[in-house]
Amino acid sequence: MKGIGVSPGIAIGRAYWLRQREARVSGIVLADAVAVEAEKVKYRGAVVAAIGELEAMMATAGKEEAAILEVQVELLRDPAWEEEVFRRIGEHLMPARDAVLLTIAPFVEMFEKMEDDYLRARAADIKDIGWRLFRQLAGFPAGRHLPDGKGWIVVAEDLTPSDMIGLDAGRVEGFITQAGGKTSHTAIVARLRGLPAVVAMGKALVAVADGDELVLDGESGVVLVNPPAKVLAKYRRKRNEFLRRRQMLESLKDRVAVTRDGVRVHLEANIASVEDMEQALSYGAEGVGLLRTELLFMERDQLPTEEEQFTFYKNVLLRSGGRPVTIRTLDIGGDKPLPYLGLPKEENPFLGYRAIRICLDRRDLFLTQLRAILRAGVFGSCRIMFPMIGSVEELRVAKAVVAEARETLTVEGVDFAADIPVGVMIEIPSAALTADLLAKEADFFSIGTNDLCQYTLAVDRMNEKIAALYDPFHPAVLRLIRMTIEEGQRAGIPVGMCGELAGDVAATKLLFDMGLREFSMAAASIPEVKAIILGL
Amino acid sequence: MITKEYLILAPEGMHARPATAMVKLAKQFAVVVQAKKGVKTAKLNSLLSILSLGIKGGEAVVLEFDGVEETAAVAAFDDFFAQNLKDW
Repeated sequence: MKGIGVSPGIAIGRAYWLRQREARVSGIVLADAVAVEAEKVKYRGAVVAAIGELEAMMATAGKEEAAILEVQVELLRDPAWEEEVFRRIGEHLMPARDAVLLTIAPFVEMFEKMEDDYLRARAADIKDIGWRLFRQLAGFPAGRHLPDGKGWIVVAEDLTPSDMIGLDAGRVEGFITQAGGKTSHTAIVARLRGLPAVVAMGKALVAVADGDELVLDGESGVVLVNPPAKVLAKYRRKRNEFLRRRQMLESLKDRVAVTRDGVRVHLEANIASVEDMEQALSYGAEGVGLLRTELLFMERDQLPTEEEQFTFYKNVLLRSGGRPVTIRTLDIGGDKPLPYLGLPKEENPFLGYRAIRICLDRRDLFLTQLRAILRAGVFGSCRIMFPMIGSVEELRVAKAVVAEARETLTVEGVDFAADIPVGVMIEIPSAALTADLLAKEADFFSIGTNDLCQYTLAVDRMNEKIAALYDPFHPAVLRLIRMTIEEGQRAGIPVGMCGELAGDVAATKLLFDMGLREFSMAAASIPEVKAIILGL
Repeated sequence: MITKEYLILAPEGMHARPATAMVKLAKQFAVVVQAKKGVKTAKLNSLLSILSLGIKGGEAVVLEFDGVEETAAVAAFDDFFAQNLKDW
C-alpha cells in the first residue's frame, strides 16, 4: 500500500484504529422558550468546558503544539459562532448539539475550498472544535484513547490536531490516515513529534485490522502489512540507521560552526526553489550562498515576466527569515539550454555563448531579472552574483546594467533595495588570476569549483571517459582557490565557495586553512561539514 | 478614526497564529478594529472572519481603528507588525 509520506522515518508496530463516533443531527424540536433558553445556557457551558479542556492540554504540550491549540481556543471565543448557534436554537427550535453541527459545516466547507494550503488546513481546526463542542453537548466521553502497552501505529480516517496532541507520545510509533495532505495537521504534529506518518491512503487502508504488524516509511509513503521476517529485519536496520543519523543532525543543528579555538565559519545552502529553503533551514543553514535562478526559466516556452521573477525572489527572501541570500543571475547555456531562446547548437558549449555572456548580449532579459531582484530585495537581505565573469570589463558592463535597473525603478517610483551588494562568481581561471583587479570592483567573491576545475584542467565534467582526470584537489585548482581567497582578503571583501568542493568533507580542513570562512553546499551536507569544523 | 496599512511579511500570509495574536492584541484596547483587503472587511474580534480574508504573504492589509484608545492601539499594532510577523 502506498500513501503520501509526510514525516520521515521508519515506524514498526501494531495497528490500532482510532475511530471517531459519528456526530449525527438528532432532529429534536424544542418545546418552548424555556427549552430554548436552557439550550443556550448549555451551549455557553460547552464552550467554557471545551476551552478548559484545551487549556489543560496546552499546559502539558510542547510550545509548537500549544500554539496550535491556542488557535482553537481563540476560534472557540469567536463571537460569530454564538450568534449563529443562538439564531438556530431560537429560530429553528433545535437543540444546541444540532445547531453546532449545522453552524460548523458550512465553515468547514468554505475553508476546505480555499486556494491557500495554510488556510485550507484550518478546516481541520474548525472540525476539531465543532466535534469538541458536540461531544460536550451530546455527553460523549472525552478523547480517543489507545489500549495499554507500547508500540502502536495509530490508524484513522483522519486525525484532528487535538487527537494527536492528546495521544501519549511515548506509546505511539507512527500515524497512518486515509485523508490528509502535506500541510495537514497530521503531518505537522507528526513532524513536531519526530514520528513517521503516511497520509492520503484512501480506501485501501480499511484492509488493515487492529493488531496487524505494520511497517511504514514516512518518506516514500510505503506501508507494509504483516511483512515476512526478512523484510521486517531490513526495515529494522533502516530504522536504526535513520534514528542514529537524525540524532547526529539534531545535536548539531542549532550549534554554531566554530573551531575549537573560536574561529567562526558560516555554513550556507545552495538552493533552487522556495521548498529548498525550508529544507535548508531544517539542516541548520545560516543563509543561502547560491540561489540558482535557472528553474524559473526552464520547462516553459517563454521567458518569465518581471512579476513572476519578483514573486519567486520575494518568496525565497520571505522564507529566509532575514538570513543572507545570494542570488545568481541567469546561468544557462552549456549543459542547460533553453529551447525558446533559440540558441544555436555549439561545438564547445562550455566555452561558448552562456551565462553572463548571454545576459550582456540580451540586455532586455538581464535588465528584467535585475529589476525583479532589486524589487524583491526589500523583503530580506540579498546579494547579486554574476556567473562566468572572465574579465574586469565584463563586470563593469554588468554593473552598469544594475545601475540602469536602479535608475529605471527610481524614475518609475517603484520600491526597491538600493544597497544590494554585487559580486562575482570566480569560476574561470582568468577571473581567479585577476582576482586582485576584480576585488577592487566587486563587493564579494564566491568560488564556483565545478567550472573552475573543468576549465583549469581542460576536463569536461560531463565526459565519463575522463572522469578520473576531473580532480578538484589538483594543485593548479587549489592554487587558484588560494589566490582568490588571499586577494579577497587583501581587498577586504568576503570570499565564499559555492561549488561542490565546499560540501566535500575531505576538503573542509584544507579550505579552512586557506582562509575560507563561508561554505555553501547542498543542505544535507551541512551537518557533516559542521562536525568537521567543530573538531578543528 | 485612524486608518493604517500594513504589509504582511510572513510568507504564509495572515495564517492562524499571527491572526490569533492579532485578535488578542485588539482585545486589550477600547477600540473597534476593522481589517480590509480589497472589497472584503472583517472585524478584528473574529478570528474566523480574519482568516476568511485570505491575506497572503507580501500583500497589504488596511486596518481601521475606531475608539477612545485608538492611538494606543495603533502604536501597539505598529509594534506588532514590526516585531512579530517577520518570524511567523
